[in-house]
Amino acid sequence: MNAQAIQAPTISTSNIDSRKLKNKAFRILVIVLSALTISPIALILGKLIVKGIRQINLDFFYQNAPNTLEAMTAISNGEIIPGGIANGITGTIFLVILASLMAIPIGIIIGIFLYENQEKRYANLIRNLSDILQGVPSIVLGLIAYLWVVKNITNGFSALAGSVALAIMMLPLIIRATEETMKMIPGTLKEAGLALGVPYYKVILRVLIPSGFSGLSTGILLSISRVLGETAPLMLTTLGSPVINWDVSAPTSAVPLLIWEFYNDPNMVDLIWSSSLFLMGFVLTLNIISKRISAKRKVI
Amino acid sequence: MENIDRIKDPILSIKDLSIAYNKGAKYAVKDVNVEVKKNAITAIMGPSGCGKSTLLRAINRMHELYPSIETKGNIFLHDEDIMKMSTIQLRRKIGMVFQRPNPFPTMSIYDNVIAGYKLNGIRISKSERDNIVEQSLRNVALWDEVKDSLFKKGTFLSGGQQQRLCIARALAFQPEVILLDEPTSALDPIATSRVEDLLVELKKKYTIVLVTHNMSQAARISDYSMFMYLGDLVEYGKTKMMFTNPRDSKTEEYLTGKFG
Ligand SMILES: Nc1ncnc2c1ncn2[C@@H]1O[C@H](COP(=O)(O)OP(=O)(O)O)[C@@H](O)[C@H]1O
Ligand SMILES: [Mg+2]
Repeated sequence: MNAQAIQAPTISTSNIDSRKLKNKAFRILVIVLSALTISPIALILGKLIVKGIRQINLDFFYQNAPNTLEAMTAISNGEIIPGGIANGITGTIFLVILASLMAIPIGIIIGIFLYENQEKRYANLIRNLSDILQGVPSIVLGLIAYLWVVKNITNGFSALAGSVALAIMMLPLIIRATEETMKMIPGTLKEAGLALGVPYYKVILRVLIPSGFSGLSTGILLSISRVLGETAPLMLTTLGSPVINWDVSAPTSAVPLLIWEFYNDPNMVDLIWSSSLFLMGFVLTLNIISKRISAKRKVI
Repeated sequence: MENIDRIKDPILSIKDLSIAYNKGAKYAVKDVNVEVKKNAITAIMGPSGCGKSTLLRAINRMHELYPSIETKGNIFLHDEDIMKMSTIQLRRKIGMVFQRPNPFPTMSIYDNVIAGYKLNGIRISKSERDNIVEQSLRNVALWDEVKDSLFKKGTFLSGGQQQRLCIARALAFQPEVILLDEPTSALDPIATSRVEDLLVELKKKYTIVLVTHNMSQAARISDYSMFMYLGDLVEYGKTKMMFTNPRDSKTEEYLTGKFG
């Protein structure tokens, strides 16, 4: 045993005290900072629940948005505003389905292409373009969808135009999620498939994509929750509709569009809160589901 | 290369095989000529990077996975040029098992065994399928261990069981040849010895080509051995002969642990 080792404990008593103090201070700091991070979410949710829950009943989901007269009458009688946001909910679902039908297959194909051509220069180009696309302001995408679809294809505001704008927003997220997921799947799985004589495209479809299911679906759900609240591009493309619409070439409502309409109508202010609460709940649910899936179906 | 033991009626004949990973790059396998005996275990030995895996993978054309790879020479299965066969036909006849057990994680044990049929869209009746699954699992001595959990995920098995499942998956096609690339290097000694016993059992029905990093494994179970060095096939012959009386000084140095 050498001298240093024996000396070591003797320096410490005061040192340990100050270290304990530092530890304590640090822990308090962490708690305070965490609270600061959580508080906006807690405040938002609290405010939405307090202000919005009153309006949420069955009608809220089944009825279309009221007109301003109905709202005014109800308010002057001291009742809650009648009607709901069924046109907005169905519109949002319709738009998301249409956008997903476009963005998911294209995004997955491009993502797999990038994974297969990792080092190639054109793959890098596509990767960079996709990153740039992710940074394009959504209103610009709305304008583009307006020029392409509203002006040239549906000759008027339409669900299709809105979903094209949303699909372009979803695309970079799905591409990235696909590529990252594919990178995490061990190459040995691909080899296992090929060694059974399975053609390459089938190995991708039936081995790699199922093995990456959790990563892919997490990416897709996050991309959906990302576009659920988009308002600006929809104003330029789907316009809005007072009734439920399932026609791709007709104007369609959406929850965020309704919130905007309610905001502009002094009689409907109460509906802002309930609609926002609904939208927030929808996004949170999607997030929780995606977390669940990635925890449960974790194969890689 | 000296090759004293000519093999009668070989199942595989490799002729003047040279492989480079890129055009103009150095050869990973250089001018290899070798014949493989039917119903025997042939081991491929040599230090890391000497081209064992490349040679093995050429036998069922898995090396074509790398698009810029350059292959010269021929490989014949019986008298058929494998380069002229479709990969599905070829890989049905020549199965492969890898270093790390790689059962399909989304599939049950049952589906893993039958995966070659399912993924290729080969239709067979339920009773045929059941039969193939049972036979293949019996062949790898896994049936008794998993017969009550056939529909559980294959990834829940131990490493050794997973590797035997992968061998069963290769056997399901009733191949003629099974290629194994260091199949026990990720396994513990007990699982390793089970796989070794299994290979010795399997050679009655199949021809086995085994890449191994482990000399004592080659000595224990193989009938013929190749020793490769820097892409060259330095020596090839009966394992007993090679271990007791190597003809090449490089082989002797390797076998006595002077490098590797
Ligand atoms: N994918 C690849 N691309 C380029 N070179 C490779 C690749 N795989 C292997 N090589 C090279 O080929 C040679 C033989 O490799 P390999 O057959 O894997 O050796 P072993 O299996 O004996 O360790 C090595 O020099 C290695 O660097
Ligand atoms: Mg190797």
